[in-house]
Amino acid sequence: MSWFTKTFSSTIGRKLVVALTGLFLCSFLVVHLIGNLQLFSADEGIAFNAYTYFMTHNPVIRAMEIILLLGFVFHIYEAYALSRRNQGARSVKYAVNHLDQNSSWSSRNMGLLGTVIFIFLLVHLYNFYFKLKFGEIGLDAQGNKNLYAITEEAFSQWWYVALYVISMVALAFHLIHGFQSAFQTLGLNHKKYTPAIKAVGYVFSIVVCAGFAAMPLYFFFFK
Amino acid sequence: MAGNNPNSKPMNLTLKVWRQKNTNASGQLVTYNVKDISPEMSFLEMMDVLNEDLLRQGQDPIAFDHDCREGICGMCSLYINGRAHGPESGTTTCQLHMRKFSDGDTIVIEPWRANAFPIHKDLSVDRSALDRIQQAGGYVSVNTGGVPDANEIPIPKSIADKAFDAATCIQCGACVAACKNASAMLFLSAKVSQLALLPQGQVERKTRVENMLAQHDEEGFGSCTNIGSCAAECPVGISLENIAILNREYIVAKATSENV
Ligand code: HEM
Ligand code: SF4
Ligand code: FES
Repeated sequence: MSWFTKTFSSTIGRKLVVALTGLFLCSFLVVHLIGNLQLFSADEGIAFNAYTYFMTHNPVIRAMEIILLLGFVFHIYEAYALSRRNQGARSVKYAVNHLDQNSSWSSRNMGLLGTVIFIFLLVHLYNFYFKLKFGEIGLDAQGNKNLYAITEEAFSQWWYVALYVISMVALAFHLIHGFQSAFQTLGLNHKKYTPAIKAVGYVFSIVVCAGFAAMPLYFFFFK
Repeated sequence: MAGNNPNSKPMNLTLKVWRQKNTNASGQLVTYNVKDISPEMSFLEMMDVLNEDLLRQGQDPIAFDHDCREGICGMCSLYINGRAHGPESGTTTCQLHMRKFSDGDTIVIEPWRANAFPIHKDLSVDRSALDRIQQAGGYVSVNTGGVPDANEIPIPKSIADKAFDAATCIQCGACVAACKNASAMLFLSAKVSQLALLPQGQVERKTRVENMLAQHDEEGFGSCTNIGSCAAECPVGISLENIAILNREYIVAKATSENV
């Protein structure tokens, strides 16, 4: 094996990929959230659909889409590979084990939380991305594809709203542990900055996930 | 002697102890009752009482590791009621006292569990995987010749303190036992940062961390997911900051060392 493959098949190397892609996905969440805030503008979707047109036609955004896909693929693959290794490191389990007394729930359930996010992601992509790309979709008053109408319809179904909200809670817990954990993985632990990183991570997780969850709730209850 | 310690009365306890004949045998929890245990006893003395009972009855005593019995050698182990070294933080099993338990308690006692720590017998496990990690790079080069003067190399107090704190690791393996992933990263990080922080450790700095992590992975330990159970259970309080130092050392070494 070359030094490169050795590095990225080691436990720390793989974890480094999870951390870097994880933080990259966090930056994606910010952009996605800010863009989607247009859903709240009271113009029956004109601004939102124009934004959708921009996102689907700008070449920089198109290129970023591929990087984003790779980010997800690497994050999920490496996290899965590590989880498998870790489960295999202790074949005989303890009869009595009180991890609840020495660690947080979210830190112990990153794989479970990630799986919930993954299932959500598939449903979410099918509902919006694929309909937008490959489905029959009406036009709005400005002649843009009317993704707003699709959104309105999706968010009128209670089960979809429930899935969305539950998934955002899962994402929040994933990030409450994950955000600060990624800095530790990168070796960035310092008594001057770590308390701030932990605080920012906590607020980030809650604000971003609450922001996303507010959208289906708004449509379901107020539209 | 016990003054008005409310727990000063002798206790009767139910123990559920992991018994396993050898590495390849399958084991199971066996229930024993112990009587008149003084709260002044250490946990290991309580085990001695049980073993004397077993010997008197002509049964095989329970194998468990111990040596100094004063919290410094790192030989004792035991997963007690779901916690490495028992319910007290910052203590080894030999320093855990029976006053922490109450009359009538049931105590479940299991060995450290990790595939990298095969069971010798009962509660005694083979922790030589940690030795092999240490041998892969946990040393420094020294000049031959006369004995150097003490304090010849200036080292800032904060760095000396950090290195010293890392050096207090007694290699007990509680971090592995407590880790959900059976990872030995806290141990490894203590050994790596202890030497990486000091001027004496610079010669092998990059090769050390590369080789020690390779050995860690080869032994079959899991990876770190920053859960923190290890540091919570470590009897000497090795800090998680060491794992960040380890990650940093590894990333820099892999990016810049001459080893291809
Ligand atoms: C927008 C979506 C996501 C974001 C922003 C995100 C972010 C993060 C971050 C920042 C970490 C911490 C990395 C570290 O501790 O070094 C992490 C860890 C993890 N993620 Fe995600 N993640 C997302 C989706 C997923 C998905 C879909 C899965 C799985 C199907 C997943 C599985 C995991 C696992 C298992 C870990 C723990 C790995 C470890 O600690 O070694 N994540 N994630
Ligand atoms: S880091 Fe702590 S728990 Fe782990 S081997 Fe060293 S002393 Fe034991
Ligand atoms: S027997 Fe030496 S530390 Fe417990």
